[in-house]
Amino acid sequence: MTHASESSTPATKTPESFWEIVGRWSMSVDHKKLGMMYVGAGLIFFLVGGLEAAFMRLQLAQANLKIIDPETFNQLFTMHGTTMVFLVGMPILLGFGNYLLPLMVGARDMAFPRLNAFGFWLFIFGGLLLYFSYIGSQGLYGAPSAPDVGWFAYAPLTDRTFSRGNSTDYWILGILVSGFGSMTTAINFIGTILCMRCPGMTLMRMPIMAWMMLVVAALVLVAIPVLTGAQIMLLLDRSFGAHFFDPETTGSAVLWQHLFWFFGHPEVYILILPAFGFVSEILPTFSRKVLFGYPLMVAATVSIGFISLGVWAHHMFVVGLGPVLNSFFGAMTFLISVPTGIKIFNWIATMWGGRLRFATPMLFATGFIAMFVIGGLTGIMLATVPLDWQLSDSYFVVGHFHYVLFGGTVFGIFGALFYWFPKATGKMLSERLGKWTFWLLFIGFTMTFMPMHVSGVLGMPRRIYTYEADRGWEIWNLITTLGVPVQMAGVAIFLWNVVKSLRSGENAGNNPWDAWTLEWSTTSPPPEWNFDRIPTVTSARPLWDSAHPEDPDAHYE
Amino acid sequence: MRTMSKFKPTLSRAKVGMASLIFMESALFSAFLVTYLYYIGKSPTGPQPMDCLELGLVTINSICLFASSATVVFAVRALSRGSLKGFQVWMLLTILLGLEFLIGTGLEWKKLIEVQGLTIDSNVFGTTFYTLVGFHAFHVIVGLVLLTGTFMLALCGCIKPERDTERVEIATWYWHFVDVVWIIVFTLVYFVGKVPQEALS
Repeated sequence: MTHASESSTPATKTPESFWEIVGRWSMSVDHKKLGMMYVGAGLIFFLVGGLEAAFMRLQLAQANLKIIDPETFNQLFTMHGTTMVFLVGMPILLGFGNYLLPLMVGARDMAFPRLNAFGFWLFIFGGLLLYFSYIGSQGLYGAPSAPDVGWFAYAPLTDRTFSRGNSTDYWILGILVSGFGSMTTAINFIGTILCMRCPGMTLMRMPIMAWMMLVVAALVLVAIPVLTGAQIMLLLDRSFGAHFFDPETTGSAVLWQHLFWFFGHPEVYILILPAFGFVSEILPTFSRKVLFGYPLMVAATVSIGFISLGVWAHHMFVVGLGPVLNSFFGAMTFLISVPTGIKIFNWIATMWGGRLRFATPMLFATGFIAMFVIGGLTGIMLATVPLDWQLSDSYFVVGHFHYVLFGGTVFGIFGALFYWFPKATGKMLSERLGKWTFWLLFIGFTMTFMPMHVSGVLGMPRRIYTYEADRGWEIWNLITTLGVPVQMAGVAIFLWNVVKSLRSGENAGNNPWDAWTLEWSTTSPPPEWNFDRIPTVTSARPLWDSAHPEDPDAHYE
Repeated sequence: MRTMSKFKPTLSRAKVGMASLIFMESALFSAFLVTYLYYIGKSPTGPQPMDCLELGLVTINSICLFASSATVVFAVRALSRGSLKGFQVWMLLTILLGLEFLIGTGLEWKKLIEVQGLTIDSNVFGTTFYTLVGFHAFHVIVGLVLLTGTFMLALCGCIKPERDTERVEIATWYWHFVDVVWIIVFTLVYFVGKVPQEALS
């Protein structure tokens, strides 16, 4: 060994062994490595959740098909929903926050680096625990192997009597554990944003994404604990004979719905606000303009945060809460569309009159706005109580939330992946392949989710295993299913793009998009310490200021 | 350049982190408190709060827990004065008071289970009572672990008054939080929740 190390010249580095690389990554507390691991793990779960959806669509492609068992179908929609919300959306968005926040506010790491690593490994453990149910949860003969109670796990279906075996316990524990991971990450975000900003960076000079992440972190700390509490109660019900959600012994099934949706609705804003942040960073860069109405954007974000805590029962209009509560929650839901609308108009005004460059991140950001508006509008339709009575739990609802979560969150995530990939790896992704990805995803997405609105209005309930041939649903279901391979092709091209770029991509340089926020001032990829010298800023666009000393932004603040 | 260009955030990470943790814990307790409130008077059968819950022992426990919040303040004050000895004495007293609370709760539960026959599956009163009080007791245990750890560090001389006063003070915030939650739990369970069955129906 000593001979080998002596013979090699000091300049050439011996290549790391596989286990050295594993050790370097798994023991790291560096926010950039953790952020990339979050995004990478989230993308793997994205493929798994996507495959689950593909199997469901195969089963529903035509009437009276029997491709998979009904029991398997129940497990598929439960695992698909749970995976996409808790193991794809949350970790990828929190992962981007992890990677970007310290760079954006000019810090060398998060406020609590070790807590950060702890949160990441909790998320991984929770995800593996959930999927371990396929192997480990067959407690009784004939009991289901994976959770099959739907992603919102309504009582009393989750009761011991109706959900035998251990699959629901795996659902509870997997989400509980990864939930604690999210909460520690949220504490870290708040600490980083409030305490780690570089000199000169007042709150109103932060990149707008940092504001969005601050509100997201606060929402995580309000919403996730309520789910955790409800899950602890459910665990006590199932394991110790408590009666929280057991209607036979004066427990209340509706209480579970209240607690779950008190978490569930802020959760959708937790999933969309970071995507708002990505889009708000991408649009100014590719429009060559400042973000329109920064202070209003901040105000809108904070009001969304507050209002989102008072809309949960619009998921429960069909429960029979009575006219007063229904009207209140309907009105609150209309109200939340006001700050959201402000954002849409701000984005359009940012693009208005700009010199637009339609690189791939910009395509996704523009697609995001259009698709999110459609999802938002169907959301307002569903907030109308009488219409909701008609459409609740139909495919219309499925179409609605996939427009906001796929057309919104996932498009935002892909935009962010294309935008910040050069920063994280130092290599550009191929624009040609990127455009293929966008158009395939866009067309596949529209084919899959637009017809769902029609089949929903025609009366097709969500979560059904199969359907009769004479309902008029067939053509819409067929189009929906045909959209799936188109989307899969888009994702496959994206993965190929990543591999190709890592092997032989163009070098990115520090600032390939000519953007203005601090993460672009350091090298790509950034050194472990992020900045050689901690920067000092005098406005919200430090890189504009250093490029244009004759006309700095500080003059207009 | 404006004056704002000299701006530098001065908040302490530790304070913000602990405040966020307490914020999160408050949300967690809200779920249990709301559930308790929701189920008051909804147990037609089984042991009732009117018959089971007595104020005697729990009042002593509560006084001990409230007193421990004061003693921990004295401990931090002693530390900020530079008196490590005083810190150790007040900390020990705090830990003992916390232990008394836990033992008292255990004795109360023993009586409830053995004499009144109230268990977690008797009715929703039993379910919510043991969950809420037990969840708080669990937080007392966590707080005690935190305080005991600090006390041990002080015993081995690892705590330096001038360097560590702020850190220790932030750790005691958690203890105060556990205390404040008990005020709410105590009021809810032993006063609000003891409404007779007939009054509600």
